[in-house]
Amino acid sequence: MIQIRCPWCGLRGAGEFRYTGDVRTRPDPASVTPQEWRDYLYFPANPCGPVVETWYHRMGCRRFFTAERDTATNEVWTLEEGMR
Amino acid sequence: MTAAPMRMRLGPQPGEEIDRSRSFTFSWNGRTIAAYAGDTIVSALAGSGERVFSRSFKYHRPRGLLTASYLDPGCILQVGDEPNVRAAHRQAAAGMDVRSQNTWPSLRFDVKAGSQLLSRFLGPGFYYKTFIWPRRLWPVYESVLQRFIHAGQVSPDTPLAAADKRYAHPDVLIAGGGPAGMAAAAAAAQSGARVMLVEEEHHLGGHLRWGGAADLAALSELRDLVAGMPGVEVLTDAVVAGRYDDNWVAVVRRGLPGGAEQLIKARVKVLVAAPGLIERPYVFHGNDVPGVMLSTAVRRLINLYAVKPGERAVVLTANAAGDAAADDLRRAGVEVARVVDARSGGDIVAVRGHRRVRSAELADGSTVPCDLVVTATGWTAPTALLNMSGDRPVYDQRAARFFPAELPEAVLATGGIAGDGSRDQLIEHGRAIGREAARRAGRIRRDWQAALPGRTVLDELAVLDEPAGPANGSAGRPSAGAAEPVPVPDLPVDAHPELFRGRTHGIVDFCEDVSSKDIAAAIGEGYDSIELAKRYTTATMGPTQGKLELVNTIAIAAQAAGKTIAETGTTTWRPPYAPVTLGALAGRELEPVRYSPMQPWHEAHQARPLLAGAWVRPDHYGDPAAEAINVRERVGIIDVTPIGKLDLRGPDVPKLLNLLYVNKWSKLGIGRVRYGVMCTEDGVVFDDGVTGRLGPDHYLMSTTSSGAAAVWEWLENWLQTAYPDWAVHVTPVTTAYASMNVAGPASRDLLTRVTGGVDLANEAFGYMEVRTGTVAGVDGCVLWRIGFTGELSYELHVPAAYGLAVWETLMDRGQDLGVAPFGVEAQRILRLEKGHLIVGQDTDGLTRGFSAALDWAIKLDKDDFAGKPELAWQHDDDSGPRLVGLQPDDGSVVPPEASQIVEGTGVGGTGVGGTAIVGRVTSSRMSPTLGRAICLAHVEARLAAPGTQVTVRLPGGRLVTAHVTEHLAHVDPEGKRMRV
Repeated sequence: MIQIRCPWCGLRGAGEFRYTGDVRTRPDPASVTPQEWRDYLYFPANPCGPVVETWYHRMGCRRFFTAERDTATNEVWTLEEGMR
Repeated sequence: MTAAPMRMRLGPQPGEEIDRSRSFTFSWNGRTIAAYAGDTIVSALAGSGERVFSRSFKYHRPRGLLTASYLDPGCILQVGDEPNVRAAHRQAAAGMDVRSQNTWPSLRFDVKAGSQLLSRFLGPGFYYKTFIWPRRLWPVYESVLQRFIHAGQVSPDTPLAAADKRYAHPDVLIAGGGPAGMAAAAAAAQSGARVMLVEEEHHLGGHLRWGGAADLAALSELRDLVAGMPGVEVLTDAVVAGRYDDNWVAVVRRGLPGGAEQLIKARVKVLVAAPGLIERPYVFHGNDVPGVMLSTAVRRLINLYAVKPGERAVVLTANAAGDAAADDLRRAGVEVARVVDARSGGDIVAVRGHRRVRSAELADGSTVPCDLVVTATGWTAPTALLNMSGDRPVYDQRAARFFPAELPEAVLATGGIAGDGSRDQLIEHGRAIGREAARRAGRIRRDWQAALPGRTVLDELAVLDEPAGPANGSAGRPSAGAAEPVPVPDLPVDAHPELFRGRTHGIVDFCEDVSSKDIAAAIGEGYDSIELAKRYTTATMGPTQGKLELVNTIAIAAQAAGKTIAETGTTTWRPPYAPVTLGALAGRELEPVRYSPMQPWHEAHQARPLLAGAWVRPDHYGDPAAEAINVRERVGIIDVTPIGKLDLRGPDVPKLLNLLYVNKWSKLGIGRVRYGVMCTEDGVVFDDGVTGRLGPDHYLMSTTSSGAAAVWEWLENWLQTAYPDWAVHVTPVTTAYASMNVAGPASRDLLTRVTGGVDLANEAFGYMEVRTGTVAGVDGCVLWRIGFTGELSYELHVPAAYGLAVWETLMDRGQDLGVAPFGVEAQRILRLEKGHLIVGQDTDGLTRGFSAALDWAIKLDKDDFAGKPELAWQHDDDSGPRLVGLQPDDGSVVPPEASQIVEGTGVGGTGVGGTAIVGRVTSSRMSPTLGRAICLAHVEARLAAPGTQVTVRLPGGRLVTAHVTEHLAHVDPEGKRMRV
């Protein structure tokens, strides 16, 4: 189990967190097409390499935060708390 | 019964691990066997002269001792009702009932041994080739094959052993308690690290245990050193089963009382792999005849258990361990008929014998009568933990074994897996590795500290940044990154002849009965990748999982394919390294169960419990239909404490509600309550509930019982990531309140008697309004006037500590009104009569808002809300099923929930139609109010018009007709009863 670096609680086991997806901009509901909306919902890029994603420290401080992680090495750099 | 004499037992040995002052007996296939404390099951059996312990997997050949260790493939036995016990490892205990497995009718006379005669039909892949066609005969094959299952017996009556779990956070974990591992543990602890030292056998010491006087002296010193070192936790009879990302290490402790195993989940800063080496069997004709043993097996029997392994021996040796075994045998009074030195070209061609070795045929043409053949032909490096750390060990032809290649920062290796060398060199290497492990652990610890916000590296750690002194044992913590790495001396690597298969074919995988001929045949059939050949022949796939046979398998495959071992590669060592019981993985049942404060009352009134998520709730109190009628006619009370409750405060709460509910919330007045539905971003109904406004900036939201946690997280997700500037504070208060719904025409009368500070008159406190006040003398109660049951009803949220008192007061004061409790089942009947949907029951993971009859609630003219785009498109294209009320034409038939609605009519069970599924029943009950069956159902949109006839297929295939009703509500569709 990898460790995730929570900006509030430090390095904790990934089991304490929920992964809530990579960080993407929510399309404007007023103008979005079905294709764009469903790409946003269902088709994450899933690259092999650095990704920026949101984690939720559900068994700790219960804060959402943004982390950059390398999916090839699982190296995690925390970027910022809050903000998507 | 008297025990058989210990006729193979020797006099006291200097390093023996048996206690001759404590003896006892156990049963072996019905016979009585004597043992000493410290004996393994098999050492005691061997001491009594037993040589055959099991029959082999395919050919049912007799099998005896091979390794005299945990891995011994011939020594897997049934103990009591525990199957597959590694009996050359498990210590004997008084009264054990030990039996051989996979033999019928007996170990001595096994009819299945006839399969040896069929061996030419049992070649590689025989499962795949023989028992497949014709397919219709598979049941026959299956029943025959079941009799050949190679395993012990499990009794369904076996009491569950309570397996426990533990979490640990050692600085340094050392896998393997041989000389290097012990030295590493002591050195790491001396540098201030907290150390866990894990040894698979029952005693620390590794190969020193069966060594000579100098080895035993060194062992004694190391044991004293470890025992006297604070900060070292020693676990014996425990094994590191796996290493996962970021040094998450699984340790399994065996031999706990009751036979249970304990799983330790350890987050380790530095892992030191010190597993030693595993002696490799040699492949030649007859290499599995009982009496063919490895040199380490012989040395263990003699030195640890004082058991004479035979009377007349031939020793094939290619290394010092084989030479030492020959010396041990002579000392034990075994006649060493011949020492064959493989280093100068000597070889064993074949062994003759069936139930025991009779003779050995040597390369020089001679045949030597003997009952014991000992081989010392090389070592396998158990690189499992290295592979699991991302290393790809490399094969060194000169030493005939694999070595570590490149280890990550947090993993080190010492001992035999790292190289050869004298005992002192190994200890010196271990010591250096231990100090280096502590140094790296200190640095990792500092990095972890630095990852904590507001806590830069602690000052005290800065003090420890000094290089570790040689003996400052009281340092307390690992020195945080003593700047310079500890110099680690190189271990020499000794040359060793490559000895895998001799001049004849023999068994490679003793567990799976795979011979070298089978592997060559698989290569010949085109399975020329080692991964394919392994799966095709099942070599390395038995209980020893390659630890004995992997390198031989690779070597023989390489030879057959005309490649080198390095070109052939190796199969991957995956966790677990050793077998783990499912009980250890499952651990203790630690799922929390929640009860409401009114639970004592429910229990005292014969409530039938219902497990709903984490909650235990009263399903009913004996007669749910009568409970429902009582609500319709008089007054009932239900415990609804599990309903999720979120306290929302702040000026921006209406923005949040508008964003997450599909309906509008901007104009909710103080004291008003509104029903709301939440959808996820794909438009699927996610939760529902009511939210009331208690004050200018104060709201109370309710959620479904099962959705409480998810809704909270959903709110926080939006607030924290999308709108962190909104001023809203969310507090979960589900268990802060005891909740109860007082429902029925007499509910107002009842509440008037106990409520203070609230005018309950319809004009003062109308339907869908909320008030706070005093109930039964308890301040701070919240009263909602809502109607899930369809009756006049009040939902009370009472400070949890007073829940039971308020409940009892209501029951007491309402006696003359006919008050009675009702449970979840009655509530389900009542809400179905009223046509109120339950999220998750009448919706599923694909049900978008317009499919849940929520057209009236979804406000597409709002700028934005979660799921709006999908709902707008659903509205435009009118897609998806519809939720409708449904009544079977025969009101006495209640179609079970999930019954299919099918195309066609099929009236009267004629079986006509019913090919296409066009819907399903989501809820169904016999309505006590109407005296007929009522349903909610999903149907295709074209069938949703009131009055449409549909066909329902009952389980078993009978078709009945039903009609779509005008409203979802079967009772009081106008909602008059709730508004009185």
